[in-house]
Amino acid sequence: MPEPAHHFQRSAHHFQHTPHPADPFADEPAVTDVQYDDAVDDDYEDGNALAGPLSELFAVDVVSAQGQCTGCGTTGPIAQLRVYGPGPGLVARCPVCGQVVLRVVRGTESAWLDLRGTVSLQFRLGADR
Amino acid sequence: MARAAVSGRLGERLRWRVATLVGQRVETPAARTLVLDVPGWPGHLAGQHVDLRLTAEDGYSTQRSYSIASAPDGASLELTVQRVSEGEVSPYLAQDLLDGDLLELRGPVGGWFVWRPEQSEPILLVAGGSGIVPLMAMIRARRQLGVTTPFRLLYSVRTPEDRMYVDELQAPDPGLEVTFLYTRQVPEDWPRFPSRITEKDMAAVAWPPSMLATSYICGPTAFVEYAADLLVELGQPPDRIRTERFGPTGD
Ligand SMILES: Cc1cc2nc3c(=O)[nH]c(=O)nc-3n(C[C@H](O)[C@H](O)[C@H](O)COP(=O)(O)OP(=O)(O)OC[C@H]3O[C@@H](n4cnc5c(N)ncnc54)[C@H](O)[C@@H]3O)c2cc1C
Ligand SMILES: [Zn+2]
Repeated sequence: MPEPAHHFQRSAHHFQHTPHPADPFADEPAVTDVQYDDAVDDDYEDGNALAGPLSELFAVDVVSAQGQCTGCGTTGPIAQLRVYGPGPGLVARCPVCGQVVLRVVRGTESAWLDLRGTVSLQFRLGADR
Repeated sequence: MARAAVSGRLGERLRWRVATLVGQRVETPAARTLVLDVPGWPGHLAGQHVDLRLTAEDGYSTQRSYSIASAPDGASLELTVQRVSEGEVSPYLAQDLLDGDLLELRGPVGGWFVWRPEQSEPILLVAGGSGIVPLMAMIRARRQLGVTTPFRLLYSVRTPEDRMYVDELQAPDPGLEVTFLYTRQVPEDWPRFPSRITEKDMAAVAWPPSMLATSYICGPTAFVEYAADLLVELGQPPDRIRTERFGPTGD
């Protein structure tokens, strides 16, 4: 049995630090073609996981907003994008065509939001948000 | 009321809060419920989650998301963490915490994978492994409010002992139908061989497309993709299927 720990122990085998570049998107190609293969790739979460990181930047819930992809024109909730990460940032891809719809990188003093794959974001202004 | 509480978010970005662990419950050999006291908790909707931030003594810090298991009007906030072998964070949360420990959290977050009591359509919940957690919050919210909306739950686990909340799920709850599905080992005299979810399993619980039900699917990424495809093949409109992927946590 591991000894009980009162504090979180860093485990050595995961999560090397990647230093944040000044402009994390400088070398990012505008369009990335992805062929999904669900049989081998399940190493991603989805846009629901962006809710916390984006809550640092926005006062409204972004993951229930409808986003339109510049790659294929599909519109759907941000919650349904495929999210890869965590380092050096969270990359949200269109589930249909693989286009990078949104990226968010958090540094110590600033955050970068890359929306170049997003045509538009539509927010519903309901009674409770 | 959850509704009023959540509107308190308008115009206010979320801060990290410090929660105190006030109790723990063993749910399965690998999963534990953490009962948290969170001063100033604004309330939540069933299906939302929190982000936990863990910081080691050397300053290294990392974050993970955990769904809220408790109903919106509960006295405390409950999370259920299932230990992932070789995982960095979950073994610590699921076996090493002591009552009185402090945890840093941000939330509630996520406005899409939620069930609201005013939804009147029938609901299908499909859980793989720890994906039961946010769906349990929906079941608890429904029961707490005495809502009669019909709910069905299909809950896939490896073995009978991997089922969380089993007493609560087996207690009578009118309008809630629960089906367990085993992928590795079944209880004695169980009519179905252990196997991953099939089209037949899904067809047995899916609401007829004409009923315009909403389906919520949650669990490891591969499970969610597969289950969502089955529902689409069975004729459920894709925009009535809501999914939440926990990552490659394997089931
Ligand atoms: C919105 C949301 C809600 C969630 N709610 C819950 C919940 O209620 N309860 C719960 O128990 N979990 C929940 N999770 C999952 C949780 O956030 C963690 O992912 C889980 O606890 C594992 O964390 P870990 O640090 O232990 O594992 P990690 O160290 O992050 O590893 C996770 C898994 O990935 C594998 N892995 C790690 N690195 C790699 C790699 N490079 N390539 C391939 N595989 C790799 C590991 O072997 C392991 O199987 C939720 C996730 C999301 C996104
Ligand atoms: Zn696209």
